[in-house]
Amino acid sequence: MRGLARFSRNRLALVSLIVLILLYLIMAFSGFLEPENPTAQSRYSYLPPTAVHFFYQGRWVGPYVFGIQRRRNPVTFAEEQVVDPQLRYPVYFLVRGWHYRLFGIFPSDLHLFGSAGPLHPFGTDALGRDLFSRTLQGSEVSLGIGLVVVAFTFPVGILIGGLSGILGGVTDFLIQRLLEILLSVPTLPLLLALSMLVPANTPPVDSFLEIAAILAVLGWTGLARVVRGQVLALRQLDYVAASQAIGASRLRILIRHITPNLASYLIVSATLSIPGYILAESALSFLGLGIHPPLTSWGLLLSAALNSNSLAAHPWILIPGGCIALAVLCFNFLGDGLRDLADPHRLS
Amino acid sequence: MFAFALRRILSMIPVLVVVSALSFGIVQLTPGGFLTQYLANPRVSPRTLHLLEVQYGLTKPVWVQYLDWLGGILRGNFGYSFLYQVPVVSLIGQQLFWTFFITLLAAAFTWLVAIPLGVYTGLHPNTPFDYVANFLAYLAQAVPDFLIALLLIYFLLLTGSGDVGGILSAQYIGAPLSWALVGNLLAHLWPAILAIGLPGIGGLTRVMRANLLDVLSEPYVQTARAKGLANRRVVWKHAVRNAVNPFVSIAGLSLPYLFSGSLIVSIVLNLPTLGPFLYQAILNKDLYVVMDMLLFYSFLLQLGNLIADLLLARLDPRISFA
Repeated sequence: MRGLARFSRNRLALVSLIVLILLYLIMAFSGFLEPENPTAQSRYSYLPPTAVHFFYQGRWVGPYVFGIQRRRNPVTFAEEQVVDPQLRYPVYFLVRGWHYRLFGIFPSDLHLFGSAGPLHPFGTDALGRDLFSRTLQGSEVSLGIGLVVVAFTFPVGILIGGLSGILGGVTDFLIQRLLEILLSVPTLPLLLALSMLVPANTPPVDSFLEIAAILAVLGWTGLARVVRGQVLALRQLDYVAASQAIGASRLRILIRHITPNLASYLIVSATLSIPGYILAESALSFLGLGIHPPLTSWGLLLSAALNSNSLAAHPWILIPGGCIALAVLCFNFLGDGLRDLADPHRLS
Repeated sequence: MFAFALRRILSMIPVLVVVSALSFGIVQLTPGGFLTQYLANPRVSPRTLHLLEVQYGLTKPVWVQYLDWLGGILRGNFGYSFLYQVPVVSLIGQQLFWTFFITLLAAAFTWLVAIPLGVYTGLHPNTPFDYVANFLAYLAQAVPDFLIALLLIYFLLLTGSGDVGGILSAQYIGAPLSWALVGNLLAHLWPAILAIGLPGIGGLTRVMRANLLDVLSEPYVQTARAKGLANRRVVWKHAVRNAVNPFVSIAGLSLPYLFSGSLIVSIVLNLPTLGPFLYQAILNKDLYVVMDMLLFYSFLLQLGNLIADLLLARLDPRISFA
């Protein structure tokens, strides 16, 4: 409990934890929170973020949005989308809308809010799709990938690093050389090359898992290396010698006695490794080498800015990038806060 | 020292051989190849396709292809780019120059900001400036480099600047060297340098700050103060001089990451570096280019480690290589 009190004194880490919990809740309930079907196209391309109004002629009427009218500019003949103050659409809460599956299981069409008019909190993209809904949908991949990859790398890293440390000898030598090879190629070029292995026509969900697998192939090395070092240090301690004397197998010692003692270290290391995976996935998807449509991720959404030659006219397509930065920032703050907590040398 | 350097250089060889096998293996496992796109092309007959395969040596057994490639590298022949229809060697030269030029500028920018910032915040810990700098350092680390590049493009476009993307404006391409040309070059390069350099500042600043704080509490710093040295001398000659040591090895280690980090920024800003080159090669499955680039990036990493070790040995007399 003293640890908890100490942690909550670290404001930044505490706020980050709360923000992350919120982000993951939003991810879990993304279908419920998306006002529009994220893949549905509309007539309104590159609509700026919608202004929600509450007062009409000085009177409180609740939230509503104005309609959009398309017309030709009489001088340039360019098609323009202008706000039409004649058309007013109220914003309703808990409305029935497009069909989705909550948590991927329960079919539903209930949404937190929605409107018959053009309600786009983050604007729309080139095909008139609602960027807010797409950003929420992208969170499933962008935030989910960190957890999935950690779920891959942790057992592998702990087991291989642990075995390397506890078995020693030839096993240790071979594992260490393998690690050195994997660590001797810079991550990003290797990631790009590995992404070539994913066939272009894989089903979307498989491509998500394949990208996660690619990240995991490179992700377990650092963990394995440090776990080995910790195992070598802990192996000398009396309680390990004692359980060895009772006749416990080496695998049992690793799993029952050594790993629990590394728990705080492992939690810190997991927290600090997730932002790397989030950034790597967004980089891959940004370059078109990661997630494929109809799935989307924040990196893939940002790639629209790469192809767009008129970024200056619609900067709101950069909003998903802000989401990446927010998530990564929070993970870094939280990880550093947890590390300070776990490190007994910093008891100042 | 010389023996150590030699031993280190020799130990790079087996690693590079294994990395070459790894690169080759990845490329071999890739579904489809450069020639796959011709399969659906009615203008390319199966016979032409077969002739192309023979010409590129793709009909040989896999291990012969590997040994041919490896043997070629030893003789300075890095294989043949299917996409550009020329030997890879003839493509890399200019890109290599720009990669080094831009990366080294970005590294210089990172260190010129990070070291003074780290020293200042280390000397004035827990002040408002320290907190703000710390937060900005975290932020710079969290924003993906390509987002920084996109934001810079956005602001440049807002100001109406035409110097977006590439390294020279159209009127200067092929023009003789002049001050206006250099100015135009810099106008194109600073967004790249900022985007590549910013993410690294956060980590380096924190390392410098933490090192300096550690060193400042060492007894020899206390001694230096006790014997009446000027504060400036204590800080710069005793504290900073020692706090910078681990920094040297970090700098050497981070160089290869700057090279690969410039990859995406170069693609966004359309710079003629190795990054977009590798990217195009991957999109088009230009096998030899991909393999060569992986090997090359790995070689850079090894080289960075080597330089870090050697520099550290020169700077820190306590490290011996007996």
